[in-house]
Amino acid sequence: MNPSLPSQPISREESAGYDRRMISYIQNAAAHGLYEIRGLGAKRRLPHFDDLVFLGASLTRYPLEGYREKCSTKTILGTRFATKPIELEIPITIAGMSFGSLSAHVKEALGRAATEVGTSTTTGDGGMTAEERLSSKTLVYQCLPSRYGFNPNDLRQADAIEIVIGQGAKPGGGGLLLGQKINPRVAEMRTLPEGIDQRSACRHPDWTGSDDLTIKIQELRELTDWEKPIYVKVGASRTFNDVKLAVHAGADVVVVDGMQGGTAATQTVFIEHVGIPTLAAVRQAVEALEDMDMKGKVQLVVSGGIRTGADVAKALAMGADAVSIGQGILIALGCNSETYVQKGDHHAALEDYAALGTAPGYCHHCHTGKCPVGVTTQDPDLEQRLEPEVGAKRVKNYLKTLNMELTTIARACGKQNVHHLEREDLVALTLEAAAMARLPLAGTNWIPGW
Amino acid sequence: MDSVMDSVTNSTIKADTEMPIVFDLAQTPLREVNRFLHQEISQHNGKSIRILNPDGAHNIAVGVDHEVNIEIAGHTGYYAAGMNQLANVMILGNAGPGVAENMMSGCVQVKGFASVSAGASAQGGLLIIEGNAGLRCGISLKGGDIVVGGSVGSFSAFMAQAGRIVICGDAGDALGDSLYEAVIYVRGKIKSLGADAQIEPMTDADYQTVTELLAQANFPYSSKEFRRVASAKQLYHWNADDNQEY
Repeated sequence: MNPSLPSQPISREESAGYDRRMISYIQNAAAHGLYEIRGLGAKRRLPHFDDLVFLGASLTRYPLEGYREKCSTKTILGTRFATKPIELEIPITIAGMSFGSLSAHVKEALGRAATEVGTSTTTGDGGMTAEERLSSKTLVYQCLPSRYGFNPNDLRQADAIEIVIGQGAKPGGGGLLLGQKINPRVAEMRTLPEGIDQRSACRHPDWTGSDDLTIKIQELRELTDWEKPIYVKVGASRTFNDVKLAVHAGADVVVVDGMQGGTAATQTVFIEHVGIPTLAAVRQAVEALEDMDMKGKVQLVVSGGIRTGADVAKALAMGADAVSIGQGILIALGCNSETYVQKGDHHAALEDYAALGTAPGYCHHCHTGKCPVGVTTQDPDLEQRLEPEVGAKRVKNYLKTLNMELTTIARACGKQNVHHLEREDLVALTLEAAAMARLPLAGTNWIPGW
Repeated sequence: MDSVMDSVTNSTIKADTEMPIVFDLAQTPLREVNRFLHQEISQHNGKSIRILNPDGAHNIAVGVDHEVNIEIAGHTGYYAAGMNQLANVMILGNAGPGVAENMMSGCVQVKGFASVSAGASAQGGLLIIEGNAGLRCGISLKGGDIVVGGSVGSFSAFMAQAGRIVICGDAGDALGDSLYEAVIYVRGKIKSLGADAQIEPMTDADYQTVTELLAQANFPYSSKEFRRVASAKQLYHWNADDNQEY
């Protein structure tokens, strides 16, 4: 190098199309010949409930005293045909997550927490565990395409039945559970060999299409003597028509899961590129119910990226009857925490995160079964890192916090019942959110495209 | 209403010690028949049930959990004897989609043909189909046994996890696609095998299995006429160099 010339500066101009993330993706694909499979939900920025705000009360609306005046959160689901609808104390439920993706300790913790706060838990793509049934007062039993562990005995002891058509993280895809999580108990419940890479079916084995679904729903009703509410869960995609078909098929409750919904293991390309945001899905679902004059007759449960009491309040204001939370519940349990708690003491988990090539705040390695905090694992040692009592307390706290936030907002909007929140209470902060939610842009009467 | 028996004895149920309990679906709503089979059948131990005029109705005798003989006198619609436990159900006609789906135990016998998804995800029990079965027979099978006197349609035993299927006639396209541990025995022609399914030599245990299942179904064939189809287990784990679709 000629010392008389200034050194050439290193160019830092990054390509928009081929940034470091994209370069890493292509190089990984070239090295391994397999797409990425991971946990968590969509990471991309999406129009969401954060892009809405409540107007609150002032001269045109009277607020309620925040800590003195009652604000009901009671929620009833399944009033259309079932003789025993689900009665909940709060409109926040725990979403379906499988035993297999989650440990038995976690399922027990969820049941305990839900029972204490008066809400429901939901089984998943691995059947019902005894721990879950014992700990959860109100348990929704999923009927999935795989039918792993599905049986009439558990059906009869469930409080409601949820027919899963799709999941927000992967509408059109089946479940994945990689070999390292198929331990002997999981294998037995699913009738699978231990240690294989399990790929669930994406379609039900005994029906196709909504006309068949009508008969399938009738079968489940006949089998349970018309007692239990039947939910139909769809991943958000063509939501307006899907909700109409589900209602036409005879659902008591429709669950719509937006693309922010979490997963224990799904192809990244699926998570990030298939489905529509929850915000757009809620509006379409409500419009479908209104179009059929079924609002209030068929209940709507919304899930996919519900994290805070504000998210709950916004979903209810847009027309949902309840919400369902998965990923937020796992984070409440300790997902992505630096430590785990055993016998009252905190223990560092940083080395275990590092061994997975990640760190707290960035971990999406649910699919590996090596969860550093013992949430998404079947490893007998790692499982001990989540004590059911500790997990139950944390989930209970989280749900109570959300419910208090929800009633805080409802009172501020002058509502004695959280189900009285309405679209008129909301405005949008961005054009995208205004268009998707079909709400006016804040400070205007303008709804884009309307 | 205290009891189905109370309300419909005169019109549709003839219940005495010698005769079966008879329901006529032309007069009695299916819901009442199924409710009787769930909640009141235990009070009538030893009695058999006869269901008249099914006329292709769906969901007949679903969710029975009792040792009882049930005879359905005609054709059934979807999910006849779905999720059956312990009962022996005889269908004197053809069966619609999903007959004996998710059966746990007992026996379901179809005298005629069965439509698609016969015995889907059955975890136990025995399904006998005397005629042909449609597409996806034994799909997602989880431990039940199926014996088909005739032929089966395409995609039969798709993703079947455990259990045995004996096919006395021919098999359609993609037999046993993505099989796990279930085993298929075929007497006739196989149009094509599905991904990861392969024909394997019959062992003495296989001959014995087929002989026993044929005897239960009362079919007159020799186990020596059958071939064994099982999983090659190449899809159990990802292998980038095998050009797997995963």
